[in-house]
Amino acid sequence: MFSQFFSYVLQGTLTTVEVTLVALPFGLVLGLLVALLQIYGGPILSRIAAIYSTGMRGVPPIVLLFILFFVISGSISLDAFWAGSLALGIVTSAYQAEILRGAILSVGAGQMVAARAIGMSRLKAVQHIILPQAVRLAIPPWSNEASIVLKDSSLVYALGVPEILSRAQQASAATQQPFLAYGTAALIYFVLVFTTNRLLDLLSHRMRIPSNP
Amino acid sequence: MNQPILVAKGLTKQYGKNVIFHDIDLEVAERDTIVIIGPSGTGKSTLLRCFNLLTRPEQGQIWLDGEEITAKGAKEDHVRERIGMVFQNFLLFNHLTALNNVLIGLTQVKRMTKEAARAKAMEELQRVGLADRAGHYPGQLSGGQQQRVAIARALAMDPRVMLFDEPTSALDPELIGEVLNVMKQLAHEGMTMLVVTHEMGFAMEVANRIIFMEKGSIVEQGSPEDMYYHPQHERTREFLHKITELHGKTQRKE
Amino acid sequence: MADWLKLFVDALPQFWVGAQYTLLLTAAGLVIGFVLGLLTAVARAYGPVPLRAVAISYVELFRGTPLLVQLFLIYYGLPSLGITFDRLPAAIIALGLNSGAYQAEYIRGSLLAIGQGQMMAARAIGMSRWAAIVNIILPQALRLVIPSWANEPISLLKSNAIVFLIAVPELMTKAKAIAVKTYDPIGAYVAVAIVYLVLVFILDYGLKWLERLARIPGFELEGKKA
Repeated sequence: MFSQFFSYVLQGTLTTVEVTLVALPFGLVLGLLVALLQIYGGPILSRIAAIYSTGMRGVPPIVLLFILFFVISGSISLDAFWAGSLALGIVTSAYQAEILRGAILSVGAGQMVAARAIGMSRLKAVQHIILPQAVRLAIPPWSNEASIVLKDSSLVYALGVPEILSRAQQASAATQQPFLAYGTAALIYFVLVFTTNRLLDLLSHRMRIPSNP
Repeated sequence: MNQPILVAKGLTKQYGKNVIFHDIDLEVAERDTIVIIGPSGTGKSTLLRCFNLLTRPEQGQIWLDGEEITAKGAKEDHVRERIGMVFQNFLLFNHLTALNNVLIGLTQVKRMTKEAARAKAMEELQRVGLADRAGHYPGQLSGGQQQRVAIARALAMDPRVMLFDEPTSALDPELIGEVLNVMKQLAHEGMTMLVVTHEMGFAMEVANRIIFMEKGSIVEQGSPEDMYYHPQHERTREFLHKITELHGKTQRKE
Repeated sequence: MADWLKLFVDALPQFWVGAQYTLLLTAAGLVIGFVLGLLTAVARAYGPVPLRAVAISYVELFRGTPLLVQLFLIYYGLPSLGITFDRLPAAIIALGLNSGAYQAEYIRGSLLAIGQGQMMAARAIGMSRWAAIVNIILPQALRLVIPSWANEPISLLKSNAIVFLIAVPELMTKAKAIAVKTYDPIGAYVAVAIVYLVLVFILDYGLKWLERLARIPGFELEGKKA
């Protein structure tokens, strides 16, 4: 009986993973754009990017999710999954922008100076010298954000997306075993988060730049 | 060989009211090795950085091979392909091996093919004596080795002039020699060099002109012998002799 | 636009009530989280092995699962084990437990930064371990943690919005009610978003001011988290 129950809730896992796999990369691309605009854009663009980043981070994710969900599904015909995932992507983009901005600034002005000194244009310098180093610096806080997105995917439950939490709720109603139902959900999330963290740790280790201590 | 490679007229640099240097004129002929010395903070490094447009002078003009590089339409990046710079703190690209540090300018700026770039990069690393460290990362190299890779990186671009901004100031004493040796070799091979340094031994041995700068202007310039033994200004004598005590005696005989 | 402004202005009294609940939730969660976090961090750094294991499990569990799931477990799940909470207490407990795990990590970081030297010096003048912790380590660690800890109140302010899903009458619940009443969900949620922005701004300002008060010159966490 438990296995039936478990597999029922487990089926939501795929949706949860899918939501995360849509939101996270979308947020990365958008966040990178915002970060680059903040650092290298002109006075107007960098201001706009900064306002976007600060504004989006000053509002609870669930509120943003609701606003974006209604806006997205109001303007284009998207189902709850896509509207919710994209909305989540937009939410995380502001946090990722902040992370990337910090990483790029940590690379240090000297690297840009050295790149310009051999005749590289700003664009090439950012592409070949700054970003590759920034990526390594960004991995630990970014891993943290990845976990957060995975956990925040539970918020799309409120939009009616059939992910883990929503399956757990249905299981709870069907079996009258709420503790078991939500406990199972918690367990599955825990495994997902744990796995993601370990994988990203491994990636961080693989990507490190060799040095002698 | 008649036209000087680098000419500067009336260079002035200031930050608000703070004038770093004022109305500097300078000419660099081909194969010159010019050493600029002076107390810290007198604008020597800032002056150097004007030559490859990393810093823009408020007033004045600079010509490279007859072309004005301070002109409105001049392409900075293109200028920097022809003027090489070596920094005090090396500034190697941390995420690239020694070979790739030298190579990246060739592939990304000069647009060479991978194979041609690789060959040239190895050649330059060979020239500074580090071919066997090609696969090492900056973090795995000593300070002296890093600086030599930085020199190779600048040389790979086949510059007309090499600018050295206190290249040994950040190095442990034992490591200074290896970098100075590379620089001496370069001078002997005929590279045009403009060097800001405290290393008087190098200046006396290799430079054909020493420029003494203080408080934002050139106090005096001349051949090493003249500057050291027959300076026009007392301050020049004072400074050169003090620096020699600290950073290396002359190796020229009287 | 004028319609929306009307919506916003009409909503203000309800938002005011909701805001009070939101701030209550934030404060309660923060305080409970601080006590839990401090105990956990100290237990993990200085406690015997079994206590350390409990501390680590608590932190891993509450940071490794979504707050929403924790909330549902406490409010919907516990009753089936015989433990029932009303909405508001359930929300506060969930927020407190969750925040505690994160605060534990902040404090642990600064305990590590203080280092063993201080403990050694304290023991060398004859202090017991406990006296050293209370008199030497913690006063320094708590000062040091302030800049990174300052993230937590703001984080709590934002994360407690989800308790509207168990109908606690805070800001988000009010927003939803207005959305239903006016048939304008976007307008309603944008309105509440603005209220949150204002609250976050004020809180952030207040925290920066507190930070400045508490700073000891020359005594800062060197280097940021990688």
